[in-house]
Amino acid sequence: MTQSLSSFVNIGERTNVTGSARFRKLITAGDYAAAVEVARSQVENGAQIIDVNMDEGMLDGALAMTTFLNLIAAEPDIARVPVMIDSSKWEVIEAGLKCVQGKAVVNSISMKEGEEQFLLNARECLSYGAAIVVMAFDEVGQADTAARKVEICQRAYKLLTEQVGFPPEDIIFDPNVFAVATGIEEHDNYAVDFIEATKVIRATCPGVHISGGLSNVSFSFRGNEPVRRAMHSVFLYHAIPAGMDMGIVNAGQLDIYDEIDPELRKRVEDVILNRNPDGTEALIEIAEGLRGQKGKAIEKDLSWREGPVAKRIEHALVNGITEFITEDTEEARQGFERPLHVIEGPLMDGMNVVGDLFGSGKMFLPQVVKSARVMKAAVAYLDPYLQAEKVELGTVDQSNGKILMATVKGDVHDIGKNIVGVVLACNGYDIIDMGVMVPAEDILDKAVEENVDMIGLSGLITPSLDEMVYVAREMQRREMKQPLLIGGATTSPAHTAVKIEPARSNGACVHVNDASRAVGIVSTLLSDEDRPLFLETTAAKYQRMRDARAGGPPKPRLPIAEARAARYTPETPAAPPPSYTGTQVFTDIDLGELAGYIDWTPYFSSWDLAGRFPQILDDEIIGAAASELWRDTQVMLQQIIGQQWFKPKAVIGFWPAKRDGDDIKLNTGDTFHTLRQQMVKDNGRANFALSDFVAEKDDHIGGFAVTSGPEADKLAKEFEAKGDDYSAIMVKTLADRFAEAMAEYMHQRVRKNLWGYDSDEALDAQALIKEKYAGIRPAPGYPCQPDHTEKETLFKLLDAGRIGMQLTSSFAMTPAASVSGLYLANRESVYFAVGRIERDQVADYAARKCMELRVAERWLGPILNYDPSETV
Amino acid sequence: MTNRTDRIAALKATAKERILILDGSWGVMFQHMGLTEDDYRGARFADHKGQMKGNNDILCLTRPDRVSELHNAYFAAGADISETNTFSATTIAQDDYSLDLQSVIDINLTGAKLARAAADEWTAKEPHKPRFAAGSIGPLNKMLSMSSDVNDPGAREVTFDQVYIAYREQISALNEGGVDLYMIETITDTLNCKAAIKAIMDLEAEGMDKLPIWISGTITDRSGRTLSGQTVEAFWHSVRHAKPFAIGFNCALGADLMRPHIAALSRIADTLVAAYPNAGLPNEMGEYDETPGQTSDAVGGWAQDGIVNILGGCCGTTPEHIAAIAKAVEGVKPRAPQSSPHGMRLAGLEPFELAS
Repeated sequence: MTQSLSSFVNIGERTNVTGSARFRKLITAGDYAAAVEVARSQVENGAQIIDVNMDEGMLDGALAMTTFLNLIAAEPDIARVPVMIDSSKWEVIEAGLKCVQGKAVVNSISMKEGEEQFLLNARECLSYGAAIVVMAFDEVGQADTAARKVEICQRAYKLLTEQVGFPPEDIIFDPNVFAVATGIEEHDNYAVDFIEATKVIRATCPGVHISGGLSNVSFSFRGNEPVRRAMHSVFLYHAIPAGMDMGIVNAGQLDIYDEIDPELRKRVEDVILNRNPDGTEALIEIAEGLRGQKGKAIEKDLSWREGPVAKRIEHALVNGITEFITEDTEEARQGFERPLHVIEGPLMDGMNVVGDLFGSGKMFLPQVVKSARVMKAAVAYLDPYLQAEKVELGTVDQSNGKILMATVKGDVHDIGKNIVGVVLACNGYDIIDMGVMVPAEDILDKAVEENVDMIGLSGLITPSLDEMVYVAREMQRREMKQPLLIGGATTSPAHTAVKIEPARSNGACVHVNDASRAVGIVSTLLSDEDRPLFLETTAAKYQRMRDARAGGPPKPRLPIAEARAARYTPETPAAPPPSYTGTQVFTDIDLGELAGYIDWTPYFSSWDLAGRFPQILDDEIIGAAASELWRDTQVMLQQIIGQQWFKPKAVIGFWPAKRDGDDIKLNTGDTFHTLRQQMVKDNGRANFALSDFVAEKDDHIGGFAVTSGPEADKLAKEFEAKGDDYSAIMVKTLADRFAEAMAEYMHQRVRKNLWGYDSDEALDAQALIKEKYAGIRPAPGYPCQPDHTEKETLFKLLDAGRIGMQLTSSFAMTPAASVSGLYLANRESVYFAVGRIERDQVADYAARKCMELRVAERWLGPILNYDPSETV
Repeated sequence: MTNRTDRIAALKATAKERILILDGSWGVMFQHMGLTEDDYRGARFADHKGQMKGNNDILCLTRPDRVSELHNAYFAAGADISETNTFSATTIAQDDYSLDLQSVIDINLTGAKLARAAADEWTAKEPHKPRFAAGSIGPLNKMLSMSSDVNDPGAREVTFDQVYIAYREQISALNEGGVDLYMIETITDTLNCKAAIKAIMDLEAEGMDKLPIWISGTITDRSGRTLSGQTVEAFWHSVRHAKPFAIGFNCALGADLMRPHIAALSRIADTLVAAYPNAGLPNEMGEYDETPGQTSDAVGGWAQDGIVNILGGCCGTTPEHIAAIAKAVEGVKPRAPQSSPHGMRLAGLEPFELAS
């Protein structure tokens, strides 16, 4: 470190479960003896203050904080330094304050939940005798610009000194260090914002200190330690003279400013001080060569800039680089007679390379979506010229083909559809995207009006399958001959073959398995040359599927009475009653904590990257693409958490309940109907229904509805408007992950506290993902209870509308990033699949639900073991 | 001066003019009275289980005459401030005698009233020298920072919340009984003291009368640290959020060994500095031999050197010692507390300061 850093207090992160993987492992494993040694070595190595953070989702934070602080209190060589009690949860902070005899620092409190809570917390800190870190965070969110940082800190200062009597010298402001060089222009000034705000705060709030989490600034270079170290040192070099006198950083993460390679230092400085609009790209260029290195910078590789313009455009498209695309597009435009030729020439050539690489498995979906971003930037640049020319020549656009896309009525899921849309658009097709919940009539009217070449339908929930059949039938009736493309999570070639294709005879119905197939299928269908053979083989394939299905005997099923006789009878008695009955809304959910509950494997698979996380990052073939996506994701994740992009909400209810046959009766008079397996089992196992796990009397059942909130959709629209489909898809995909994470998180709270039937549980994230917990949370519409209509009862009981959740006509939940289900506490409860069921059970089920048989058959369509159109 | 606000103003004004005198030991004086088990039990605790002798605080209820007698003896000797006989009057400390909460509250309430009455009597008699009652809040026999089990460094006999509640009960009763200030004294564990401070701050936030706080730690031996391991500076950093009226040390050491610690406090404390040492160290019989003259010579020197504002005596000191000290510091100017600009002062067992 340089001399100028000597007055700077460096707070280590080694006893911080969020900052140190090793410490987290020791604490979650309960190895406190080794954890104490971590603290000891930190103090021995010169830590002036030790930061203790136990904010790990699986931990009882207050208990872990108490245990650890009591243990280090007994170690004079550790206890000699002050403690920084670090938590986003007040209860954990307070537990810590009750353990320290010295004067500690609380990290942190803020005006996030309003003035009242802030003043309350500040008074408590004062009465416990602690200094405080105050985050520049108010009711609106985390401060990003210098003006907001200053405004919030000045307001907090006034409140603290005038209303609480807090000593100014015991106030440490954290004006939020955010990541720069993320590729998002709005982030470029974040470091400057911090430094400028620091100056003003120090000048206008006498006595206070300034701190910050240094490692954030280099977040977008995760995994590239040489660049990160340089960024930290350069940041401090400028922030310390501005008044930053404290920070959280590992000493090993700093370089000596004067010893940083001058070229690297200049580029880092450009980025930190936002002196060069192309600074990020310039840093990224040399960053790659430094990865894993300790020392010198390598020559920047800009050799691709020396090639002819067409090659440069290709390079930019393949590598997703927007930095030079405008100048290259302009250069290309000057070389062509018409602006359209730039699109048809070098841009489309480049995208064809992208398409080929994608098709041959050398590029992956997230990279293609990034290429689309470059393409859009180029087209946007050309647009004024194209328009001018159009006016001049009176010409009409020609495109490779026009495709209408929609998520069908009753369904709100559109991530997959959007991805396919982007990929197709990249390949030069005109995409008309009608969005979600589009009625068949609107889809077909629009198709006629726009004279589209084909229609793509998407849907995620099973009732959408019927809606797709309806669209096909309507196309037949309206004599529309366009090919119909089918995609989405519950769709399958078999369903398309058996249900959709027979609904029309005037055109093709083709199932598209994933985005990578879309381009090939669309181009084939549009090619007069290739189309006939393709249609022929597809039709033959579907015919074989129908034959295989119709030809074989129906799978043997037990009569429902026999299946019921084989019901499962748990030996475990009913769980103790929950801590409350009725419903309770939860809005106090910390996004940072939720992030710890995210299962990342499905996230990658929604980008068509298959593999387990985190091994996927090192995968030989897709590892590079996965890592790149992961880096971009981390940047957005940080924003989501830091600026509270989402406002997750949950409603949880418990009711006295009892089993009544295959139903679960609640004391409210409501009933959850369940379905029983009817397969013939030769292993002596029971034929399960969910009701089996509820006792015949004195039991309870729980229900939940959780949502990431409607914000993701709004943000996605904003990104789309800026031509950034990549971020639009990412924010929606992350919203889905947060909803799932919240389901996991709330279930754990239910098990440990709210119901409390498993208060001793201590599972880590991996164990949770593997569903090792006791009790289950089955969701209507999933294999345990495939009937989506049961959500109606659940939503009514929970009054889920209170947290902004609604059901569509097909019982899809809005916002799309939502999860709901039941809680069953019996430890013998298991997840199972109802499988196909027979007419006898469906008739009985319909009677119990007071539903017409044919309505029940429609909702249960996907699991019927018989053809309802055949009469008995 | 029947109004507490006026008395507190007078206390603060007097502290600026001269060195204030606190009373001396209570334990040794009760010992000399030769009280019996019956004296301790009185009528109220005649049938109480177990021994009561040695529970000096109970005398507030069973022999209030002897308690008043001691207040009078010390005021007569020249003390400005006399402490309530409530050093161990918390549910936690009185658990040794199986006393219930009501009895504990009664000890504090009565103890405060006895001190109040004695002080008022002397103030009426000598209006030029107002007398004050200080509510004694002792350290508890259970510590929050120290393990209660040699095999488990994380083990604690009590929780912060239990200590906090016990102090809260004591403090509100002392306040109600009419004391002029609190003395959190003989602090062996700063965390216990912080629980008492929090109890006071919380009660005041809830509307209770605000009273000056005197915080007095104990440096247990030549290591120069509190029993829980803090240095003088760390101790000061850890309690100064109470904005105490006075900070100081008492007990464990005689005047000669206590001096460097008082001197250290004097350099850093921006409030009054107080000291009430023992009458030397106990001899092999457990008795204190230091004469009034020896004690007053030592602490008189501190006054001359301008390092203290309040002086008194702890274990082994008697009204004679107090009279000698009062005489020794007569006319000596008290220390002038300095408030030098400071940064953020944190502490573990050792102090840490970050300049602002």
